[in-house]
Amino acid sequence: MIYDCIVVGGGHAGIEASHIAAFKNHKTLLVTSNKKNIGDMACNPSIGGTAKGIIVREIDALGGLMGKIADISHFQIKMLNNSKGPAVRSLRAQVDKVTYPKNMINTLENTKNLDIIESMVEDLIIEEQKVKGIILEDGTKILGKTIILTTGTYLKANILIGSENKEGGPHGERRSNLLSDNLKKYGLKIQRLKTGTPQRIKADSIDFTKMQEEKGDDTLWTFSCDNAPSYNPNEQQKCYLIYTNENTHKIILDNLEKSAMYGGYVTGIGPRYCPSIEDKLVRFKDKERHQLFLEPESLYYDEYYLQGFSTSMPRDIQEKMVKTLPGLENALITKYAYAIEYDAIDPLQIKASLESKIIENLFTAGQINGTSGYEEAAGQGLIAGINACLKLEQKEPLILKRNEAYIGVLIDDLVTKGTSEPYRMLTSRAEFRLILRHDNADLRLREYAHNIGSIREEEYLNTKKKKENLKQCEEFLKQQKLKITPDIKKKMSEKNITIPIKTESLYDLLKRPEITMSLLNEFIELPFESVILEEIEIHIKYEGYIKKTYKEVEKMIKLEEKKIPENIDYNEVKNLASEARQKLEKVRPLSIGQASRISGVNPSDIAILCVYLKKEYNKNE
Amino acid sequence: MENTIAAISTNNIGVGAINIIRISGSEAINIVSKIFSNKKFIDAPSHTIHYGFIKEKENIIDEVLVMLMRAPKTYTKEDVVEINCHGGYATTNKILELLLTNGATLAEPGEFTKKAFLNGRINLLEAESISDMLNAKTNLQSEMALSGLTGKTTKKIENLREKMVSLLANIEVNIDYPEYIDELQITKENISPILMEIKRELEKIVEESKNGQIIKNGIKVAIIGSPNVGKSSLLNTLLEEEKAIVTNIKGTTRDTVEGSINYKGILLHFIDTAGIRETNDVVEKIGVEKSRKAIDMADVIILVLNNNESLEKEEQMLLKQIEEKKGIIFINKIDLEEKIESFTTTCKIIKGSTLKNIGIDTLKETILNNCEIKDLSNKDLTYLSSTRQISLAKEALQNIEYVIEQNKKDIPVDMLAIDIKIAWENLGKIIGKFYEEELVDNIFSKFCLGK
Repeated sequence: MIYDCIVVGGGHAGIEASHIAAFKNHKTLLVTSNKKNIGDMACNPSIGGTAKGIIVREIDALGGLMGKIADISHFQIKMLNNSKGPAVRSLRAQVDKVTYPKNMINTLENTKNLDIIESMVEDLIIEEQKVKGIILEDGTKILGKTIILTTGTYLKANILIGSENKEGGPHGERRSNLLSDNLKKYGLKIQRLKTGTPQRIKADSIDFTKMQEEKGDDTLWTFSCDNAPSYNPNEQQKCYLIYTNENTHKIILDNLEKSAMYGGYVTGIGPRYCPSIEDKLVRFKDKERHQLFLEPESLYYDEYYLQGFSTSMPRDIQEKMVKTLPGLENALITKYAYAIEYDAIDPLQIKASLESKIIENLFTAGQINGTSGYEEAAGQGLIAGINACLKLEQKEPLILKRNEAYIGVLIDDLVTKGTSEPYRMLTSRAEFRLILRHDNADLRLREYAHNIGSIREEEYLNTKKKKENLKQCEEFLKQQKLKITPDIKKKMSEKNITIPIKTESLYDLLKRPEITMSLLNEFIELPFESVILEEIEIHIKYEGYIKKTYKEVEKMIKLEEKKIPENIDYNEVKNLASEARQKLEKVRPLSIGQASRISGVNPSDIAILCVYLKKEYNKNE
Repeated sequence: MENTIAAISTNNIGVGAINIIRISGSEAINIVSKIFSNKKFIDAPSHTIHYGFIKEKENIIDEVLVMLMRAPKTYTKEDVVEINCHGGYATTNKILELLLTNGATLAEPGEFTKKAFLNGRINLLEAESISDMLNAKTNLQSEMALSGLTGKTTKKIENLREKMVSLLANIEVNIDYPEYIDELQITKENISPILMEIKRELEKIVEESKNGQIIKNGIKVAIIGSPNVGKSSLLNTLLEEEKAIVTNIKGTTRDTVEGSINYKGILLHFIDTAGIRETNDVVEKIGVEKSRKAIDMADVIILVLNNNESLEKEEQMLLKQIEEKKGIIFINKIDLEEKIESFTTTCKIIKGSTLKNIGIDTLKETILNNCEIKDLSNKDLTYLSSTRQISLAKEALQNIEYVIEQNKKDIPVDMLAIDIKIAWENLGKIIGKFYEEELVDNIFSKFCLGK
């Protein structure tokens, strides 16, 4: 038997890839080294966060599982940046590390067309640079038309604690010993990356009275636009904020050379955005204290995750370090912090469809592509799954542009700029973030999802209905005028609002910065859901900025439309700087737009390239 | 095949002792050897000088020195030949013509520099500075061009961009790590002084660029007035005194005389329009039209009046017209009897005599004052001078002014970042530097965050 799609790895990327392929009626196999670890949250107990929360909504809009399962598995949720502008708001949930994987495994087991087996994949079957199947550790061959590798941190993984260096993946799981060497043999470039995770502390050894509480929102939220909230906001769990102090810093600095990082035991490159605590002290000498958060891991066991304290110090030093922290004087460490090194591929060798440039029908997603984070992995897994299906169906791949989705920004960055450290999504990476908001993910992406058949009909109808409601609401606000009654006049002057001279439509009133939708709601009944009202309000209030963003988008699209012929020989383009020539040769960008985003390719190189294209291929201008 | 281009590289053809014609391109050496008597030239090593004659068939056109520079160590990174010929408009032009008939194309203005840029020899800012230097006529001009080359301008703009990117990075950190309350939170209140400071510096750059343009292009001064008032002798006095070059420019207006002087490092470019004749209505209209044009084109207008005559109707009209522009009234012939009526004007009046050389220095000083040029020779010359650069700097200033405006309206700080970023990009375009990753790099080098 030949599978349509074989997914290697049951992490956040593998789940989405295998689920969507099976959902789209392709015979799919998921291979994982341990079924119980499917959907495991190996690091922080949360899903979402700035930018990442928007990715989760995009995953949901495209038919993925992460948002829907997080909605039924969390015990705290809040909208970050709620007091800032609409473009940067993003949901984050504290997710139960027991419930979430359980719900995921359940969903996958009930997915038609999906087989799950437990084994380690150590090689691929390759014929004429095309992948034909996988080879398991016992030598069993399984044939597949497309293969998606979502191996996470398991390729030749090593766990480091102090000078101790042990082969193996997270939670003492086995690692894949041969796969990355075999990939190298087939022509893929392998790089070594590093990440880490902090300590877990036993709950009843913590004195929470010395800590500052961090609560969830009273407002009800869901990631999925198809879900209704199903939790009681008053039953949410709390997180806690504490700070490091002089004593903590002294212990760390005195023992610096004992850490794996500073002792010279680590070869992988770690991410700048989650440095270990010793890294923070060395790099930011002047800071007197560093913030740490304690986050509950699950309702089913009593451990807290000590966010911000990731380290590669030996265990005895970790004990001392933790005990300097307020409320943790008697802390019992249940799991020590560790660093993990693993093999990843060079993302410059993959296409924007996430298919390998070297081996046909081979797709990769998640940490193997050099990213970090559950959400980044799931987003890529979903796209890899969708594009493997589209390839089977002989259709064009789904490539989201930078103005369409954070997932588009993520993949474009990876395949254009490459990465030498685990890549994390940030709002600042999205130049068009004002139109890539959490509230419009469904409006941006569901049409695509519908066309490629990655969502259910009723999910598509939800979005269609939302669009109709938006239209009706806009019409309503334009028609409805606000009569300034003495009562309204009084309320307005109490709030220091200039009273409108003539009767104006609600729509026009909303253009004034001081008049908000919630204020109008006090004066007049607005018969629409809050998501609809919010969406419209953003559009009225920030119309100028949104228009400006679209103008920038147009500029980008113009450059994207300047295609570079696939067979271009960069040696023929005279006078390119040699670094630019090498980079262009490596990335082989599809358009001038993409070329201009490659680091090391300067504006003058782009000018030269444009002149060359104009001369050689007249139609390109 | 790439074009081989040729042009006369020296300014003011016909004035100096020698002129240089430059040829660049893969055919440069071949083309020159066709008209050059020295047969060793074609195979000679790079960066050598050769003596011989330029010939048209058997006729000797000129005795010349020819410099041979082979690619890639040349200005354009292509083969370059420079012919040092003798001064004289006709000879130089003849040699150029010969080159063109033998296969070279006439270079467009700035094409050598364009080639140097396209061939990766120089960056955009350098390209602009070099073209400025090549066009430089006064010391101040070439100094300004040089300061562009040595990166003074770049430095100033980079410092300002650094300030902006730090602010942006701080805003981004607040967005991406909202719970790290130990980091400085950028708010409506504390962003305001930072924006004002950026605005002030941008204003300074834009303001100074005005001087830059004046240094680069000089001041255009139109001399208008009736024919008999001593207009032409004023021009001659102004020019002669400085031993300046007078050129009769053909093809514009037959009667227009132009000339330039270098006064305190600034190029004063005088245009003497033909006077207004009063014979009949039609001609009068043409005359008024002509001086109107001169008024429009010029930076400064000098209206010359005759102390010895009473005011004519046309002169009274001109008095009104020049008030709109930076007008100066020069009342000539004060050595003769005063017959001119008194009149009111907002313009500065200088009384003098071209014959006795009275009031001429005051006039020149007044021209500089009118353009708000003080003593430029002591100043730190870090001006932007190309129109592209100046308009980008102005755009950046407008972006920041808009941000300040929006901040007053309670627009969230993360939205303000949009226009701060555009301003930052605009400044980046001036120095040919635009690199997205810079922002992300900055975030991680300045702030300490994460798990």
